Amino acid sequence: MKIKLYDIAHSRAGDKGNTLTLSLIPYKPEDYPLLCDQVTADVVKTHLNAIVAGEVIRYEVPNLPALQFVCHQALTGGVTTSLTMDTHGKSLSYALLELWIDDPNR
Amino acid sequence: MKERIRIGCGAGFSGDRLEPALILAQQGELDYLILECLAERTIALAQKRKRQDPTKGYDPLLERRIELLLPVLLANNVRLITNMGAANPVAAAEKIGEIARRLNLSVTVAAITGDDVFSQLTGDEIALETGLPLKTAGSLLSANAYLGTDSILPALATDAQIIITGRVADPSLFVAPLVHEFGWSLADVNQIGQATVIGHLMECAGQLTGGYFADPAKKDIPDMAHLGHPFVDVSIDGTAIFGKVANTGGHLSLATAKEQLLYEVMDPARYVTPDVVADFTQVRLEEVGLNQVKATGGQGHPRPDTLKVSVGYDAGYIGEGEISYAGSNALGRAKLAGAIIQERLANQFTDLRVDYIGSTSVHRRAFGTYPEPYEIRLRVAGRSTTLQQAALVGEEVEALYTNGPAAGGGARKYVHEIVGIVSTLIERTQVSPQVTVFKA
Repeated sequence: MKIKLYDIAHSRAGDKGNTLTLSLIPYKPEDYPLLCDQVTADVVKTHLNAIVAGEVIRYEVPNLPALQFVCHQALTGGVTTSLTMDTHGKSLSYALLELWIDDPNR
Repeated sequence: MKERIRIGCGAGFSGDRLEPALILAQQGELDYLILECLAERTIALAQKRKRQDPTKGYDPLLERRIELLLPVLLANNVRLITNMGAANPVAAAEKIGEIARRLNLSVTVAAITGDDVFSQLTGDEIALETGLPLKTAGSLLSANAYLGTDSILPALATDAQIIITGRVADPSLFVAPLVHEFGWSLADVNQIGQATVIGHLMECAGQLTGGYFADPAKKDIPDMAHLGHPFVDVSIDGTAIFGKVANTGGHLSLATAKEQLLYEVMDPARYVTPDVVADFTQVRLEEVGLNQVKATGGQGHPRPDTLKVSVGYDAGYIGEGEISYAGSNALGRAKLAGAIIQERLANQFTDLRVDYIGSTSVHRRAFGTYPEPYEIRLRVAGRSTTLQQAALVGEEVEALYTNGPAAGGGARKYVHEIVGIVSTLIERTQVSPQVTVFKA
């Protein structure tokens, strides 16, 4: 069935210049393989196409376990000169959590 | 030599709450208190204040924080390390001396300088962000290199109770006292990697203890109005146990620690600081008690030969205007207002942005389908090289009162002077940190 990331994972947004970082941490470690499988860099790039102009790179961090997405050209120029209200992109973790994925085991 | 050091972090940014640091200093049984108050842009803004008044250019909250903390720090023998010196650590140290005399206290303060490398830049250096020479960004205002642990150690070797820095890499504020106390070698990359993990987890203060985390019914955090900031107990082998003062608000858990470990990390295997290239991929986090998380396994590779330099430039002005619409067809009326502003201003601004607060303002679109909100606030922003033109944005939005759609209310207008930031690299050998000791 389809599930929303918000229901199984949490996330924190960070910024470096014009780059946005988004962690994706499953509440239950047993959901980590599902996230690895379904939430690819391409899926995130497509989901956030209104926000991220550049490349999305995914890092696997199995020791937590968690995924880390590094999204380039995502902060309309960066904290200091952007005209957006959320210049740091601090609210954008919840944009990632709006993603729906397929879970074959639910 | 001590077997265990306790370090607290009482502020994670310039505007952070004042009292968590006081509670840490009073009840935390700390050896060191850290206040991290310097964001990327803060130092460029401070540089502008210093230019207007050479006795200024340190953190605007320095006086309030020091007045509150100084008596407790001295009574409890807690050393303070802070980057509140911003663009002017020497003036900050003198100000602290002045506060001490006013309070009838005696204090020794060490100021660390040398991060200001503005005079060494020609403007022809290449910006990491754009690949173009720095000077093409605009008129350059400031350039500060990120100093590391090696710049703080000589200050720790003095008898200073307060150590005040300008631009220093945030984790180094924590790595330095550990290296000083435990005599670790800066060449021991795994030890410094683990110390950097500790610094990275601590540097945003409340973000480790439940701040920037809570989501009611999903991720509850108790008593956030009195959020306690963290401390960490570090053993001589580098094992770290994070905690907070009893009876403060907040919650420190595996989940809060995981979020903070990955915060602003561009590559979990290569977290670059002036001290080390830290590797977070073998870090083990473990909940060892209520509000207690243990961290081990940080590793590292040798530090880079260059230091990052944050360069501030004059980026002109941003003007903003806002007005609200509510009730039936609120979004429709707000969009009409937005279209009117676009038509009147688009040809005068290369950079103009129209947002609908309550609908698509911070996520830039809506994900999924949501019912139309009852209220919408139109927000327009434009950038210009002159104050006068930037102010036009707010003036045009305000004029919607009598010339725009029905029932527009609560117009506000703002103009801000903008400092932009680009980065470049400088050879370590070109930077020479210095320590100046002041006694009051």
